[in-house]
Amino acid sequence: MAIFTFASTMLKQLFSKPVTTKYPAEPIQYPEGSRGHIDIDIQDCIRCGLCMMSCPTGAIKVDKAKNTWTINRFDCIQCGYCTQCCPKKCLHINPGYQTPGDKKYSITEEHILTEEEKQKAAEAEAKKKAAIAAAMAKKAAEAEAKKSE
Amino acid sequence: MGKRSVVPFGPQHPVLPEPIHLDLVIEDEKIMEAIPNIGFIHRGLEGLTEKRDFKQMTYVIERTCGICSFGHGMGYVETIEHIMGVGVPDRAKYLRTIWHEMSRIHSHLLWLGLMADAFGFESLFYQAWRIREKILDLLEMTTGGRVIFSVNKVGGVIRDINAEQEKEMLLGLAKVEQEIKEIEHTFLNDYSVQSRLRGVGILTKEQAHALGCCGPFARASGLSYDMRKLGHEAYGELDFEPIISNDGDSYARCAVRINELYQSIDLIRQAFAKMPAGDIAVDVKGMPNGEYFNRVEQPRGEAVYYVKADGTKFLNRFRLRTPTFANLAGLCEMLKGAEYADVGILALTIDPCISCTER
Repeated sequence: MAIFTFASTMLKQLFSKPVTTKYPAEPIQYPEGSRGHIDIDIQDCIRCGLCMMSCPTGAIKVDKAKNTWTINRFDCIQCGYCTQCCPKKCLHINPGYQTPGDKKYSITEEHILTEEEKQKAAEAEAKKKAAIAAAMAKKAAEAEAKKSE
Repeated sequence: MGKRSVVPFGPQHPVLPEPIHLDLVIEDEKIMEAIPNIGFIHRGLEGLTEKRDFKQMTYVIERTCGICSFGHGMGYVETIEHIMGVGVPDRAKYLRTIWHEMSRIHSHLLWLGLMADAFGFESLFYQAWRIREKILDLLEMTTGGRVIFSVNKVGGVIRDINAEQEKEMLLGLAKVEQEIKEIEHTFLNDYSVQSRLRGVGILTKEQAHALGCCGPFARASGLSYDMRKLGHEAYGELDFEPIISNDGDSYARCAVRINELYQSIDLIRQAFAKMPAGDIAVDVKGMPNGEYFNRVEQPRGEAVYYVKADGTKFLNRFRLRTPTFANLAGLCEMLKGAEYADVGILALTIDPCISCTER
C-alpha cells in the first residue's frame, strides 16, 4: 500500500499561485451571458403584464394606470422566464448579482409617455367615454319605450 | 453481550451537511439497528403544481436540488414533452446530454471532496473542490448559472453552445481529466484512505437488489442498473457501459464514482463529435393532457417523475421520487454491524441529498 501519494500534488500547490482571488479587492469577471439580474428597456415596454403573470415567484409588478414596472430583486430567482415571455423583448438578463441588503426592497421604473402615446391615450379615453354615453342613452331610451308601453 | 443503547445521529452533524436523523441502536460500539427519520425540511414542492402553471414548474422543479438541478429540470420537461407528443430537435437532445454529464462530474467531484473531508483528509477535500470549480466555470459560461442552469424548456433548450465555447469546454475537460488522474491515485491507493474505506459498509448484490437501491451505490454492489441505457435524450446514440464493481464496500463506491468521472468526460466528447447543427427548440402550443412516468439517471441514482395532467395549465398531480429516497433502505441495512465511528462515512457513501428527498 502506498503512502505519501499526495506529496507531489501538495508540493505543486505549495509553489503555485493561490487558486482563490481577493474578492472584493479584485473585482470578479462574469462570463458573457451570466444570469445575474433582470433589466428593462422601459420606453419599449407596453405594460401588457405578461412578465408579471409568468414570474414563478411573483417578483414583478406591472401597474397599467401608473405606467410603472416594479421588480423585487430579492424575490427574483433569475430563471429568465419573463425574458422569454416578453412580446416586445424589452426585458434582458444581465451579469451582476443583486447586492445584499438588510431588508427586501423593490425597484420601480416608470414609463414616460411620449406626446404620441398621450394623444393615443386621450383618444382611447374619449372613445371609451363616448361608448359609455351611447350605451347609457340607449338604455334610457329602452326604459322610456317600456314605460310608454 | 453488552447493554443496548440508542444514540441519536443528526439532523445536524459535522460530517453530513444534510438534515437526516438516525436513531442508532448500539451495543459495544457496534450498530445493531438504524432507524431513519426525515421530514425536517419539507417544502411542499409537489403541492406547488396547484399554483404554478406547467411551464413555470420547470423552474420550480429544477430548484429541488442544487446539485442535480439540471437533471431535475430535464426529467420534468421530458415527461411533459412525452405527454404532449413534442419532438425535441436533435441538437437540443445533445446539448441536454452534455449539460447533464457536466453536472454529473460536478456532483461526483463534490462527493469526493465531502468524502475526503469525512475521513479527515482536508487537503484532498480542497483539491477535489478546486477541480470542481473549473467545471462550474464552464457551466456558467455556457448556461449562465453556476448550479441552477434554467436552460431547459418544454420543447428544447434556450441556449446553444457555439464553436468557441465548445473548444473551451473540451480544453477545460482535458485539463480536468489530468487533474482527476492526479487525485485518483490518492483516493484509490493511499494507505490511510484505504484503511477507512476497504471492507467498510458492505452491501451485497442480493441485498442491494432486494432493497431497491439505485445509482452508483447499487452499481458498486454489482447491480448493472443505469437509466441512461434506456436511451433517452442522446444517450441511445452514445457508446458506454455502466460502471460496476463487485466489492460492495465504501472503497468500491468511491472507485465507481471516480470511474464515472472519466465516463462522463468521454460521453461529453462523444456528444460534441456527433452533435448535429440545427434548431435548439420547437414551439409548443396547447396544454398537456394525459399521464406519463419517466425515469432519469441523476448523478446520485435513478429519479422517477410522474405527471398527470387534465388539459388545463395546472397539472393534476406531480410526483418525484429521488435517488436518496430509494437508497435510505440500503443505508440502514449496511449500517447493521458497522462500527459507530464509521456511521458518518457510511451515511455519506450513498451520496445523500435529503433536501431532494423531502422536496
